[in-house]
Amino acid sequence: MREITMAEAIREALDEEIARNPEVVVLGEDVGLFGGCFGVTAGLYEKYPNNVLDTMIAETGILGLSLGAAYAGMKPVPELMFSDFLTVCADYVVNQASKNRYMTGMQTGGQSAAMVVRCPNGAGVRAAAQHSQCMEGFVLNAPGLKIACPSTPYDAKGLLKYAIRGNDPVIFFEHKMLYGVKGPVPDPGEDYVVPFASADIKRVGTDVTVVATQAMVHKALSAAAKLEEEGISVEVVDPRSLKPLDKNTIFGSLRKTGRLVVVNEAYRTGNALNEVVTLCAEECFDALRGPVVRVTGPDTPIPFSPVLEDMWIVQESDIIKGVLKALDA
Amino acid sequence: MTLTNNDLRKLLEDMIYIRTFEDRLRINFAAGAIPGFVHLGIGQEAIMAGICFNLQDDDTIGASHREHGVLLCRGIGGDKLMAELYGKRTGICKGKGGSMHAGDLEKSTLGCNGILGSAQTIINGFSFAHKFRKDGKLAVTVFGDGASNRGEFHEGLNFASIWNLPTIYFICNNGYAISVPKSKQNKVDDLSARGAAYGVPGIQIDGNDIFAVLEATEEAFKRARAGGGPTLIEAKTYRWRGHFEGDPDIYRDQEEKDFWMAKCPIRRFEKYLLDHEVMTQAEIDGIWKSASDRVDGHQKFAEESPWPDRDDLLRDVYYCDEGSVQA
Repeated sequence: MREITMAEAIREALDEEIARNPEVVVLGEDVGLFGGCFGVTAGLYEKYPNNVLDTMIAETGILGLSLGAAYAGMKPVPELMFSDFLTVCADYVVNQASKNRYMTGMQTGGQSAAMVVRCPNGAGVRAAAQHSQCMEGFVLNAPGLKIACPSTPYDAKGLLKYAIRGNDPVIFFEHKMLYGVKGPVPDPGEDYVVPFASADIKRVGTDVTVVATQAMVHKALSAAAKLEEEGISVEVVDPRSLKPLDKNTIFGSLRKTGRLVVVNEAYRTGNALNEVVTLCAEECFDALRGPVVRVTGPDTPIPFSPVLEDMWIVQESDIIKGVLKALDA
Repeated sequence: MTLTNNDLRKLLEDMIYIRTFEDRLRINFAAGAIPGFVHLGIGQEAIMAGICFNLQDDDTIGASHREHGVLLCRGIGGDKLMAELYGKRTGICKGKGGSMHAGDLEKSTLGCNGILGSAQTIINGFSFAHKFRKDGKLAVTVFGDGASNRGEFHEGLNFASIWNLPTIYFICNNGYAISVPKSKQNKVDDLSARGAAYGVPGIQIDGNDIFAVLEATEEAFKRARAGGGPTLIEAKTYRWRGHFEGDPDIYRDQEEKDFWMAKCPIRRFEKYLLDHEVMTQAEIDGIWKSASDRVDGHQKFAEESPWPDRDDLLRDVYYCDEGSVQA
């Protein structure tokens, strides 16, 4: 199978979905001729000038318009330049998209405010405290949203196509440090989707279950490879969507290994994977042979200095320590 | 614009129906029959009836929490609206929205938005869809002077301008944002002047004059349908009641209220119809009686309707629920 980057995979998903449904529109700051801040939409404007629309710097205007167009039956795919900007337009995510279907008694003929908000996520580009966060936890608490967080080009393309074809609002997180990472993806002609609530076991193991998302999946995999040399067998589970969450795959893994480590880049308190820990404690407590270990960022803003930022970000060595701690218990 | 006697009669019927419906809400809220908050638009009927008169079926309109009358004029049905305000399962939103969200997208009529200002950006999504589909339709957002101070109004108006969208921004300027008077909100005399900042025509009218509302909307709608972009209309008016039912209303004096009540849009229109011998007093009395009978029926329907049940609580969150609703 050919290998392409995650940015290319996302671009292909947008390209194919616009071709499939002419009412798919991509809009946002610099997504047109400029090709997006991270180059994800490069070339799409030239191909679909009516469907790829530059906007002014106005996140509330962008999401408000997207929401209205979604109610009207179109399929907007707005891009927020950084996921941190979700706070600027939080109303449209937390108070509007998440609630409209319910509070209107689902009058939209079976459709919610089904926009797909693409959000570049994560630290590592020396962008400091307001352009580096992982914002999954921020939106997880709102009912009515779906949240996707792919870690590979294959998953990103399949999840995005699934999101765009769906009838529910989706917050789609793309990790900035993964845009350039390559992976196998079927040829453009071979249509496929990755449904939500389908966790993927990225590595099979027997001693400990590591649930990780986005960039942390890759670090967990390299940690697992090193731990294997020590004779420790790590299973890495990637939920791929946090809401809905495929808890059964996680429970299945935990019942096999009896040990749980969750790894997510974001702040520790209110971290999205705390929900996984809670579900395991509620529904799978008997399978746990020791305390759960969380490997997360600390509860501090993300610093600018490369030295400090690298200390802030969860590294492979932190995950190894976390796994050893879970096994020692 | 040319209005037939039938048009004039319909407009008066709509205005009287709105007044009667809302006055019943006032009485039944005070009696404890209606939960939550109710905001009444008594005194602003010319705006609601006038805008809706010039709309076509597939045009989109979204109004604020004081415009139950817009919902009635768009044919949502008084039974379903009253049941919604009572929180009953037969309500237009199955009792899940209430006064602050009641609407019907199948009639291109959005519910009010509980977050003031947000509707002024969301409306552009509808006008964008109308433009994208080249269907010749437009979208109107009706809101108060209070919401016009939210950033979203400014962002939305700029968006509509630069994308040349068929969006009509209609401000019902009733002089107060809850208790705060205009003098504490902004320095411009006329909110319509804000259109100039965004390259949008700004028009100011007497919102208690049905003919002024009809003329302003006709012109703005014509421009929007012809690809001429958005218009900002400011209608000066007054709400007779407090911000919400139960508001002690300590911020307005009786003299001011009397001044505006003397400018009642319905009495004014009735006088015109009598003076021009379009209708007789007996006919007008008949319209009031008929409206009262209709509203009796709505109230009975709402009172006799069932409450929602536990299944309704967990339903309608997602279109496709892959096991994501935890309860």
